[in-house]
Amino acid sequence: MSETVTVDIGEYKYGFAFPDRSVFKTRRGLDEEIVRTISQMKNEPEWMLQYRLRGLEAFRRKPMPNWGADLSEINFDEIYYYAKPTDDRKERWEELPEEIRATYDRIGIPEAERKFLAGVGAQYDSEIVYHNIRSDLERKGVIFCAPEDAVRDYPELVRKYFGTVIPFNDNKFAALNTAVWSGGSFIYVPPGVRVEIPLQAYFRINLESFGQFERTLIIADEGSFVHYIEGCTAPIYSRNSLHSAVVEILALKGARVRYTTIQNWSSNVYNLVTKRAVAYEEAVVEWVDGNIGSKRTMKYPAVYLLGPKAHGEVLSIAFAGKGQEQDTGGKIVHAASDTSSIITSKSISKDGGIASYRGLIKVYPNLVGIKSHVVCDALLLDPQSKTNTYPYIEIESEDVSMEHEARVSRISEEQLFYLRSRGLSESEASLMIVNGFLDPMVKQLPLEYAVELNRLIELEMEGSVG
Amino acid sequence: MLLQIEDLHARIETKEILKGVDLSIQLGEIHALMGPNGSGKSTLANVLMGHPSYTVTAGRILFEGKDILEEDPEKRAALGMFLAFQYPVEVPGVTVGKFLKRSVENLRGTEGSFNVNKFIEELRALMDTMGMDQSFINRYLNEGFSGGEKKRMEILQMLLFRPKIAILDETDSGLDIDALRVVAQGVNRLRGDRFSSLIITHYQRILDYIQPDKVHIMMDGRIVLSGGAELVRELEARGYDWIREEVRA
Repeated sequence: MSETVTVDIGEYKYGFAFPDRSVFKTRRGLDEEIVRTISQMKNEPEWMLQYRLRGLEAFRRKPMPNWGADLSEINFDEIYYYAKPTDDRKERWEELPEEIRATYDRIGIPEAERKFLAGVGAQYDSEIVYHNIRSDLERKGVIFCAPEDAVRDYPELVRKYFGTVIPFNDNKFAALNTAVWSGGSFIYVPPGVRVEIPLQAYFRINLESFGQFERTLIIADEGSFVHYIEGCTAPIYSRNSLHSAVVEILALKGARVRYTTIQNWSSNVYNLVTKRAVAYEEAVVEWVDGNIGSKRTMKYPAVYLLGPKAHGEVLSIAFAGKGQEQDTGGKIVHAASDTSSIITSKSISKDGGIASYRGLIKVYPNLVGIKSHVVCDALLLDPQSKTNTYPYIEIESEDVSMEHEARVSRISEEQLFYLRSRGLSESEASLMIVNGFLDPMVKQLPLEYAVELNRLIELEMEGSVG
Repeated sequence: MLLQIEDLHARIETKEILKGVDLSIQLGEIHALMGPNGSGKSTLANVLMGHPSYTVTAGRILFEGKDILEEDPEKRAALGMFLAFQYPVEVPGVTVGKFLKRSVENLRGTEGSFNVNKFIEELRALMDTMGMDQSFINRYLNEGFSGGEKKRMEILQMLLFRPKIAILDETDSGLDIDALRVVAQGVNRLRGDRFSSLIITHYQRILDYIQPDKVHIMMDGRIVLSGGAELVRELEARGYDWIREEVRA
């Protein structure tokens, strides 16, 4: 089976595609048979199949969200829900089919792995095709594998935690993910083990009208540390694709988890993701969530602070260009005393793009010593673009220090004139102002990703002015 | 002639502000432009540098004999024009070091062969002469700077870019005597046969430190009187009213 693929690369560097060479693909649309087929392909135990079917039922029952980004163009019947690109996964890049290998080479994953990663999982359409972890981490008992392998090899861990942070019926898209999930990451870090070098997963969609539904579960045992990074891209097609992931994180007592996303989907991808973490006593969870691409994104990484002195942080960076709607933000639930949280959101809107901050700070009753700080900065590059702020605050305790700041700024003509009078072109001046706006945020990223993010912003800004 | 302004008319929105300015500056000359508030001095400075909010409705601006009215501000800067702003803007998140490096790269046309170490050495030396703390290199451009610090930053840029003409738009206003001296020293340092300046000011104070070759008085969008340095003292003694009367007569 081979299709000719025409792709408009435009300014998006990763819009290339290869022909469909899937070894197996379900037909368009979703029903119970498709769910059973996916489960069968993975040789799953009965309990997982039953869990999927509950997810399917909830997906059918749940309404579409009646708030947030415009999702009216999604046609669930047109989508392919599962495509298996290769017969099995590899631990060496050389063993992958040439086109798949070329894809990751162009994105730069093998090089990044050599330079600064401790482990990599690479997903192509529905399956993780490459997975590797440094042997020293393996020897310390760190598990980093495809979730299907975890179901097979560590069923007790998976059964204990899978679906406990985000239930199968949490929302329509989490339910959909539960029904058809495939790929993603499973991570377990044993007590006291610190994974100092990041682990990364890369999610690539190659097919048209495709749905990617990876599932990630991270368990950081007591006093451990891990930094997980995900990136994603897809070809540019005229038809829409759907990406609906579920990410669950458990940070047990004193653990720290940092989860960094650089989302750069092509302009035909609906990105509707549920991400949630629970932090127990003295645990710290940080979401660094960069949303540059996609047609519509709805994503609000959450931290439930369940134990005393737990800390949660969300750093959200969104870039909404032409035809894009980024509906992003963060949620923090203070369910224990002496917990603290910070949400920092920076958004940029350009060429009519819409960037919305949507956030929730919730404090349960009868708690003391709660601190929360929320800052939302929006930068508008032209009069056609839009920004919205929806900060929800539900506080049921007295002893709470809560600060919220929101600012909207525009690139001013005076700033541009000043920089241009110093020899900078209008486009360089705009880019400098935008980078300056993001600078305090980008500084918090690991260097390689700060460079990557700056480069992506630069591409987005190209040709935008002048 | 370095700069030749001929019958220049300009407006902002529908309001005409420059109503026929004529002014010529030779390379090597320092000119002072004085006049009461609202006479059009700052507008002239902005129009010379190509501010997009102003529309030139008539006249010409020749720089080294070429009409530059169609040129962008960045092109004018590359040709050797510099404007020290009356109110330098803050650019959050952009460090002084990064901004100056990119500016110098653009202005000197040395992109690609730029020697960063040499640049930093040069910058540090100039900051010393301006009495500026080196820590400014890592601060965000003009953010949280005092009025005097902003003006010093403008003069620092002038020294670094070495323009053919520096237009100082009321750089002296709001400065204490020490800062004023530093600004004047900056201009005097570049003074020579390859540098000109148009010093726009309300007060004669800065002209105690920089001896102008020529002095022009601007009123209601025109230059109404030109003369030598002695005009400054006359203004100081008699104010602007006598000029107004002479113009009317």
